[in-house]
Amino acid sequence: MEKNNTVAFPQAKSLTGADTVKGFFRFVLRELKPKGKILTPFNVISALIILGGLILIVIRFAYGLGSITNLSQDYPWGIWIGFDVVTGVAFAGGAYTLCFVVHILNFKKYEPILRATVLNGFLAYCFYAGALLLDLGRPWNVINPIIGNAFGYSSVLFLVAWHFLLYTFCQFVEIFPAVTEWLYWPKVRKYAKLCTTGAVIFGITLSTLHQSGLGALFMMASNKIHPLWYSGNIPILFFVSSVFAGLSMVIAESTISHRVFQDQISPSHHASFDDILLGMAKGALGALFAYFFLKVIDFVHGGHWALLNTPMGYWYLVEIIGGIVIPIVLFTIAILKNNVRLVQVTAIITALGVILNRLNISVIAFKWYSVNRYYPSWAEVWVTAAVICMEIWAFRWIVSRMPIMREHPAFPDEENAPHKETEVVQWKVSAS
Amino acid sequence: MTISRRNFLKVAGAAGGVLLAGGQKPAQAAVPDADPKGLEFYGMLIDTTKCIGCRSCEEACNEKNKLAKPDVSFSSETVFEKKRDTTPEAFTVVNKFPNPKDPEKPIFVRKQCMHCNQPACATACLVKALEKTPEGPVKYNKDRCMGCRYCMVSCPFDAPKYEYNSNMPYLKKCVFCFDKVKNGEQPACVEACPEGASFFGKRRELLEIARQRIYQNPDKYHPYIYGEHEAGGTSMLFLSSVPVEKLDLRMNVGNTSYPEKTTGFLYAVPHIFILWPTFLFGLSYLTHSKDKENGHGEE
Ligand code: SF4
Ligand code: SF4
Repeated sequence: MEKNNTVAFPQAKSLTGADTVKGFFRFVLRELKPKGKILTPFNVISALIILGGLILIVIRFAYGLGSITNLSQDYPWGIWIGFDVVTGVAFAGGAYTLCFVVHILNFKKYEPILRATVLNGFLAYCFYAGALLLDLGRPWNVINPIIGNAFGYSSVLFLVAWHFLLYTFCQFVEIFPAVTEWLYWPKVRKYAKLCTTGAVIFGITLSTLHQSGLGALFMMASNKIHPLWYSGNIPILFFVSSVFAGLSMVIAESTISHRVFQDQISPSHHASFDDILLGMAKGALGALFAYFFLKVIDFVHGGHWALLNTPMGYWYLVEIIGGIVIPIVLFTIAILKNNVRLVQVTAIITALGVILNRLNISVIAFKWYSVNRYYPSWAEVWVTAAVICMEIWAFRWIVSRMPIMREHPAFPDEENAPHKETEVVQWKVSAS
Repeated sequence: MTISRRNFLKVAGAAGGVLLAGGQKPAQAAVPDADPKGLEFYGMLIDTTKCIGCRSCEEACNEKNKLAKPDVSFSSETVFEKKRDTTPEAFTVVNKFPNPKDPEKPIFVRKQCMHCNQPACATACLVKALEKTPEGPVKYNKDRCMGCRYCMVSCPFDAPKYEYNSNMPYLKKCVFCFDKVKNGEQPACVEACPEGASFFGKRRELLEIARQRIYQNPDKYHPYIYGEHEAGGTSMLFLSSVPVEKLDLRMNVGNTSYPEKTTGFLYAVPHIFILWPTFLFGLSYLTHSKDKENGHGEE
């Protein structure tokens, strides 16, 4: 362990160089070089996807949105908004949920995956904001609502945009201690740590508002969304679903990164991993239940019984049963039987259900009556894939350099006593 | 009764004329104190029973807004074969509908931005590129627009159209010839209308006229003024001889104003901003103080 970490963080010993500006840049330049094997299948395929995506983006800016997307006067928003932003942000909800559990409720058990989750959330927001810029007709004017060239306070989008910005900043503050450890800036780290609680509380507040705000965006489209999906409760539904969307994404994502970054993970974390996943499954189950009841109440209040026996009604049932009822059942079984594998499978089903729900509201049940339906063009799908690949690259770059999954040897987590299993060890260390 | 109403209209019209002639600015500034409702909105009464489908309004709009010339000339009747929607190059279009009352005389209906009293689009726009003017027109400040198209998502009438095939795209829709209206002139389409089927005036007066027409010709008019209450009221008011749903005028928009749909959410925001952090701080204090006690015990 010890040895491993010193190899991973050579600067921990020899890094007084980063104190000077020149040394800092030399250090960053060195770190920019890729580590590990370059010609892996994943690298080759994702590089091709990204390359193609970049070409498509050039075409899009040269000839307008119509050149590569299937957007139309009937469908002003396609999957770049509906999937990249509306769905992606829901998945990034894991970061604030976990922050709440660890920092506010003080459940130390989940601490080992906190940094990776927040990093994921942060990168997600950065890349979604990027994807959003692609979708804007005049992206350079995006500074208007920020610099205050006519604030449209009354706009939900204004609120969402600002919260996006502020929350991304909060997440950066939350992840910043890892950066200071990487650069070996102990002094800065101390102050950065002080800001964390503030950032967490502010961040959770912002998340609540913009997760529900994303739903509120569609409230003025009340006459365009199929009645089975439209409801005055959309903001609350979006908020609650972001909890289980985020948690199931964390389960799925940490399962994968546990394999990929196996060498970085300490044995004690490894041992507690199953426990962590089961705990998150419980959280997701609770949120799913709440969501299910909200949906039922909505449905009964709306009096939409007759609509169920229509094609859109069957589609609605697919979403409700496949995306909510089945996950509820499976999560329950998994928790009762301590079946981690099943938790992982269910998390993926839940995530698919959330994708379905978000796409329904933003694209499929939106203008469901329209003759000219929208289907994403291959180019839109390609660019979306490219954005995801870029995000994975960025995540991997950071994780293999900064103390995200592992602990930095020079900065054992002194003020936060780690989770149960290692408590005794920690205590001994501090006593000696 | 009608006579007194007419007189009243004359007086009101004269007052309006005076307002327009004598500097509008001071009046605009003074009005809010005197009248909380502010300036009266202008509107357009579109009497489909008078429209002959000559498309003069389309042509005038095209010239006024310097839009690209269409492939089919404005005098051609072939365009009526298909139902058309407005486009970035046509801010208003005339469509033809069969007349159940008199098959010989088809009904022609214009389509354009409705200039809602409380427009969804202006509320949606986060940079105030779309703005409801005190005169009534919903104008467009193209330099502010960032092309998010949230206005298109929000507009219940799908009026805003977007230039998808441009790398410097703008939003396109009827702006009620705001520059002309501001100077007391009529919009180009109204000026061009040979039949008076599009009629310009104060919205309140137009409603009076519309009611009067229905009242005086109960056989000719279907007793409904489309736009009086739709989406909280619009500046465009339609009269017709048949129920309006036969004329592609949307009946599913409801009567409440669209911005109201989001106010509940927006009003909750400040509350959440105060309640959440307080709650979170408190909770965090509680959970962590227990922690410290335990720590002390161990030491
Ligand atoms: S019809 Fe649509 S674009 Fe026109 S004012 Fe109303 S909301 Fe705005
Ligand atoms: S597209 Fe332009 S006008 Fe429409 S909401 Fe966005 S910024 Fe405003």
